[in-house]
Amino acid sequence: MAFPYSDKVLEHFRNPRNVGTIENPDGKSTEGSPACGDMVAVFIKVNDETKVLEDVKFESYGCASNIATGSIITEMAKGKTLSEAKKITWKQASEELGGLPPLKSHCSVLAVEGLRAAIRDYEEKHGLIEERVPTTVDVIKKRLRHVMNPLRGLDVVRTDLIKDIRFEDGVVHIVADLPADHQFAAVIKADIAEKIERLWDVKEVHIDFAG
Amino acid sequence: MFGDTVYLDNSAGTRLDERVLEAMRPYFFDTYAVATSEFGYSMGIEAREGLDRARGSLARRLGAQTEEFIFTSGSTESSNMALKGVALALGEKKGKHLVTSRIEDFPVLNTAAALGKQGFRVTVLEVDAEGLIDPAAVEEAIEPDTILVSIQHANQEIGTVQDIESLAGICREREVLFHTDATHAFTRLPLDVSTIPVDLVTVSGHTIHGPKGVGGLYVRTGTPLVKWMDGGFQEFDHRAGVEDIPSAVGFAAAAELVTEEETERIRGLRDRLLDRALAHIPYVTLNGHRTRRLPQNANITFHYVEGESITLHLDMRGFAVSTGSACFSRSLEASHVIMGIGGDHERAHGSVRFTLGRYNTQEDVDGVVDAITEVVRELRVISPLMPAGEKER
Repeated sequence: MAFPYSDKVLEHFRNPRNVGTIENPDGKSTEGSPACGDMVAVFIKVNDETKVLEDVKFESYGCASNIATGSIITEMAKGKTLSEAKKITWKQASEELGGLPPLKSHCSVLAVEGLRAAIRDYEEKHGLIEERVPTTVDVIKKRLRHVMNPLRGLDVVRTDLIKDIRFEDGVVHIVADLPADHQFAAVIKADIAEKIERLWDVKEVHIDFAG
Repeated sequence: MFGDTVYLDNSAGTRLDERVLEAMRPYFFDTYAVATSEFGYSMGIEAREGLDRARGSLARRLGAQTEEFIFTSGSTESSNMALKGVALALGEKKGKHLVTSRIEDFPVLNTAAALGKQGFRVTVLEVDAEGLIDPAAVEEAIEPDTILVSIQHANQEIGTVQDIESLAGICREREVLFHTDATHAFTRLPLDVSTIPVDLVTVSGHTIHGPKGVGGLYVRTGTPLVKWMDGGFQEFDHRAGVEDIPSAVGFAAAAELVTEEETERIRGLRDRLLDRALAHIPYVTLNGHRTRRLPQNANITFHYVEGESITLHLDMRGFAVSTGSACFSRSLEASHVIMGIGGDHERAHGSVRFTLGRYNTQEDVDGVVDAITEVVRELRVISPLMPAGEKER
């Protein structure tokens, strides 16, 4: 049967490894959103001495490639140091799985981003970000690309939901093109705050709705 | 190879009935000539008679006259013929405004969109949460330059059945042509053009255990329709090209084999499927209207899980169903029907359509509910959207 998925993808889809959550994780992340059709949450347990990933778990709301990539990437990352695990690419995960359909790259890349974001979460919490790149509007914009616009299923930058971004004296001002009482306003606001507040030189985040 | 597959995607396509194949066979190997006039040779005359009998049978099923039924290559061509034919006939004479709905199937929706790019104005009406069009909205949308209203008989995904009688009546009163895409309703629901003033009806063989690649368009006598594919004068000069007589005969045979008893049996199975699924599985939403619904259609959203994962798991267990999830489609777009009834992406992504046919049994519908109960439970265990503490339900 000419399935678009390799046997290994199907095997991981059927029996995903390392599924679930970790209580009190050392790092965690959520990438994607129900609106974009795929969502993945990654939880990590890190040995503070050796910086080795002692446990990696994931949860997935998504299609077969999303689930299979989450499964393989947790297997690949376990036992690696943070700096090794950070370097795992989508291409490596895809090769490990015997190839993924190019059409589904969006769904599968989320798991890779999820792992990196969970590691970044740990590093930020432990003050381990080595290069302290000063925050700029471009840095903020890059982070906002991970905030989904539930109305469109794509990120808020690509869908032109963000009207204005300013950064002055550690204070970020973001204007979103949505009425303040919109059903998704609160969700988007919380998601933006979570992604931006963690930047080392950001003190406050203000989000205004002007739709 | 697929002998054990429980096929529940009958709105996408159906298994051919052997009796249909038998009816078609002579027109492949014995009476294989093209249809000739009554002044032609015997084989051609007999082929013509076969075609006419098929045409008459299908026309009668709709309450139409024989010459009002045009054979096409399927629903897509029929709806193109209706919309483009009327647009060409009346665009300059009467006006350039068309009315349709947001949840139409692609042949109507995209033909209307194509006309929109050629200078026509298209009003796309909204539907309510169950997929119903408000006849008052149609009335309101009609303007002096409106030439055609196209509203489907029943929906391809959620099965909602429109009040065709009211809609057609309004259009007749306002002297606007009315087309309905009855691809999924034909033979399963009554539609009598001798009592309902509909001008054009799209039908197809592939949904009723007939061959794929054959359909028809009912054209009420006197309906202005310009031919949009040029060639010979076949099909009363509405549709050029050598007639596919075996398929036409097969389509008619398929329609004749659909009985009310069978449709009621299918409705019973569908009700059983819905009742069991809605009662046994938590966090589900029925998509479409509970009663004003195609008898063969069930469509349910299983919240917190994604449809492609459900369909793949079901496939591994031998069940074929479809989903409105973006991940399932070639275009990666979520179902425009679920979005059209006010659903969000999550509702579309978790939607599963079950469509029943002649060969389904009670064992099939019980089996698929049992299987999907398990699959959904497993996928919810790994879903970050499922509320913690509810995962083992």
